[in-house]
Amino acid sequence: MLQIHNLYKVFHIGEINEKMALQKINLLLKPGEFVTVIGGNGAGKSTLLNCIAGVHLPEKGTILLDGKEITHLPDYRRAGSICRIFQDPMIGTAASLTVEENLALALRRGQRRRLTRAITRSERELFRQKLAVLELGLEGRLTTPVKLLSGGQRQALALLMATLVRPKLALLDEHTASLDPKTALRVLHLTRTLFEKENITTLMITHNMEQALELGRRLIMLHEGSLILDVNDGERDGLTVPKLVELFHAASGEQLHNDRLLLH
Amino acid sequence: MSITLIWSTLILGLLYGLLVLGVFLTFRILNYADLSVDGSLPLGAAITATLIFNGMNPFLATLLAIPLGALAGLITGILHTRFSITPLLSGILTMIGLYSINLRIMSRPNVTLLRHDTIFDLLASATGLSLRLSQSVVALAVIVAAVVGLYLFLNTELGQALRGTGDNEVMLRSLGVNTDRMKILGLAISNALVALSGAMIAQYQGFADINMGIGMIIIGLASVIIGEVALGVRSIFGRLCAVVAGSILYRLAIALVLRISFIDYTDLKLFTALLVTIALISPEISKKFRPAPNLALLEHKTGGVERAGN
Ligand SMILES: Nc1ncnc2c1ncn2[C@@H]1O[C@H](COP(=O)(O)OP(=O)(O)OP(=O)(O)O)[C@@H](O)[C@H]1O
Ligand SMILES: [Mg+2]
Repeated sequence: MLQIHNLYKVFHIGEINEKMALQKINLLLKPGEFVTVIGGNGAGKSTLLNCIAGVHLPEKGTILLDGKEITHLPDYRRAGSICRIFQDPMIGTAASLTVEENLALALRRGQRRRLTRAITRSERELFRQKLAVLELGLEGRLTTPVKLLSGGQRQALALLMATLVRPKLALLDEHTASLDPKTALRVLHLTRTLFEKENITTLMITHNMEQALELGRRLIMLHEGSLILDVNDGERDGLTVPKLVELFHAASGEQLHNDRLLLH
Repeated sequence: MSITLIWSTLILGLLYGLLVLGVFLTFRILNYADLSVDGSLPLGAAITATLIFNGMNPFLATLLAIPLGALAGLITGILHTRFSITPLLSGILTMIGLYSINLRIMSRPNVTLLRHDTIFDLLASATGLSLRLSQSVVALAVIVAAVVGLYLFLNTELGQALRGTGDNEVMLRSLGVNTDRMKILGLAISNALVALSGAMIAQYQGFADINMGIGMIIIGLASVIIGEVALGVRSIFGRLCAVVAGSILYRLAIALVLRISFIDYTDLKLFTALLVTIALISPEISKKFRPAPNLALLEHKTGGVERAGN
């Protein structure tokens, strides 16, 4: 499904603040695999997802999706097969557009935009059905501007938008991190229904160790731009949060001071 | 004010309404302060007036302003998207360049159309309407066509992608929209409208002048603001109508101000600048009219999540 070979990403090349954000990343994802990604601040998690999405172009290495090389394709040309959810609910939805307009934009993900009506009646019906699944009452608020919704509602809408057209690959970057605990739980539940249960190949970044062990069957850890841990199936199922922290120490050879990993 | 004065003010308001629609499209929909309009309005005026002066059919001469205006917008858009020049500066570059081009087109600082038939004259003689009536009919027809056209366009897939681009570029790219292309498209449509506005105004007032573009962006902004404050509507169609109304209200305000004995025609730019400044700094209004604060950034700073309407 997703094949990453020997990927390097360097920021500010040749300047004093040169930063090797990713080095020698090799990663193979099987179709339908749900993988959680952990690592400290600045470990390169977001950079990895941004390289896969095409926001950053890597210095070296290749990225293949479904056997097709996409390493240097601009982001908007990969969007047909890759969907993204961001940490900030404000980025995943367009505030001044209505709920149905946001959904209509997402329904045409990766397609050429034409001079035809943006929303048809049958699509509106489809939106209502899909929104009902969220159980947030949004099905009755199709023409409400999204800026009037709460952060949690907006994030739930973003999840729905991402799956409206089935993606080959989903990239979730700490998408529950800026929500209050109750809302975060709800969005996590939705993540399970919309992505994991639907067998959508997914990479999900999280700082929450419990979350990382709860979803999916595979876990990877990044540290200073390198992939330092990759466990799946039985091996992963046996993991607990303390064991994970221990593994992190062993693999990185460092103490976890002051790191957000510990806070959860 | 006499009926004639009010009437001609209304017509002028409608003709400038095209400019205002163009400014609305970039400033409000695309969230892009495009200064090239100061060059593309006289561009439309220059090309149409010169062609009519040289004997071309005025309808054809007016239509030609449209692609030329679009071209001006295209250049601004390319400067910004291809070469990463800031929106403000790309607009200024186009505007300055157009000053020389407009002079080249006219080959003198102004072209008068006093002895030449304009579209208004042609319609009057073809239908037997009075000149005044034919001016009103043309102005009304063009502005209605522009409002309806824009409304329909903004509700197509393409138009919706354009609106989304002005709202949340990151998201639109993640949904597969080439947002650079959307910006170029929006700028082209906007400047086409502005150039058409210039073409009509030149014929209405009977001349094109190299300096007629100065301050057009501010006039456009003033009209957008007046319209939105006065009518306060939210739907796209309502907003389009509101900004045209804003254009008319602005012209009426100008006509009234000019009646104050000590105010000269040359003071108008100061008046307009003051008007826009007041609008931008008055707290109630400024919430609506300063570029929307970047909510995403705000979120990071405050660490909270907006909970309106929950
Ligand atoms: N656009 C950029 N320009 C320059 N440096 C960058 C850029 N993006 C990331 N970096 C640097 O690359 C490194 C990895 O950053 P990245 O955002 O991928 O970390 P992360 O693992 O997502 O961290 P966090 O948990 O804090 O989100 C950091 O040192 C960061 O400063
Ligand atoms: Mg990150």
